[in-house]
Amino acid sequence: MKFLEETIIQLNVEVNDAEEAIDAAGQLLLKNQLIQPSYIEAMKHAYKKNGPYFVLAPQIAIPHARPEDGVNEAAVSLVQLKEPISFGHAINDPVSLVFGLGAASSAEHLTLLRKLTTLLNDPQNIDQLLQATTIDEIQKTIGMER
Amino acid sequence: MKVLTVCGLGQGTSLILKMNVEQALGDMGIRADVEHTDVSTASSMNADYIITSNELAESLQGHKAKIVIVNNYFDMDEINEAVKANIEAS
Repeated sequence: MKFLEETIIQLNVEVNDAEEAIDAAGQLLLKNQLIQPSYIEAMKHAYKKNGPYFVLAPQIAIPHARPEDGVNEAAVSLVQLKEPISFGHAINDPVSLVFGLGAASSAEHLTLLRKLTTLLNDPQNIDQLLQATTIDEIQKTIGMER
Repeated sequence: MKVLTVCGLGQGTSLILKMNVEQALGDMGIRADVEHTDVSTASSMNADYIITSNELAESLQGHKAKIVIVNNYFDMDEINEAVKANIEAS
């Protein structure tokens, strides 16, 4: 289980659209061998098919697919976008924080989601993640929930 | 009482919503069975309430359950309010 570890966080990322933002969050998981390439395609497909419902809060998107789409290990990555991007969500657009969720069928999946929910239920944490300019600052915010 | 939290795949976001809805119901002393599922499975499931996003509520229109919309899944104030306004203890 990998929850927002240093190697799966990227700050100040430039993308042109929602699909590239999803891709960036997925690439972090892929580079760390946490998912298969097929999982990124499945995340994009889910976005096309079901729309931007995974923009769960103002500025926050949590793209994901199913465990069987190619997850090696339960994980959450984070891409902080340089410029906010529209995902087409009526209320929560534009998005600045993209959490790539590698959904596993194990109990670890639940643990990860609980950590993520605890982290994001606190608006102060969200502010810190939005403002952070170094991985250290991000780690500090996350550290309190770990 | 049966409550469904619903998302597109039934894997991630509906589970996050379930955690926070359970918390809100618990705080209000409402006993409920909360399950998370995907939008197509939800259509054929029995429930008293379905909690989901505005984006997915449209595809659940016509369901016998009362649909409750939550826009910010991490805003406990909004979730508490939605629960309070729509769900009655039974």
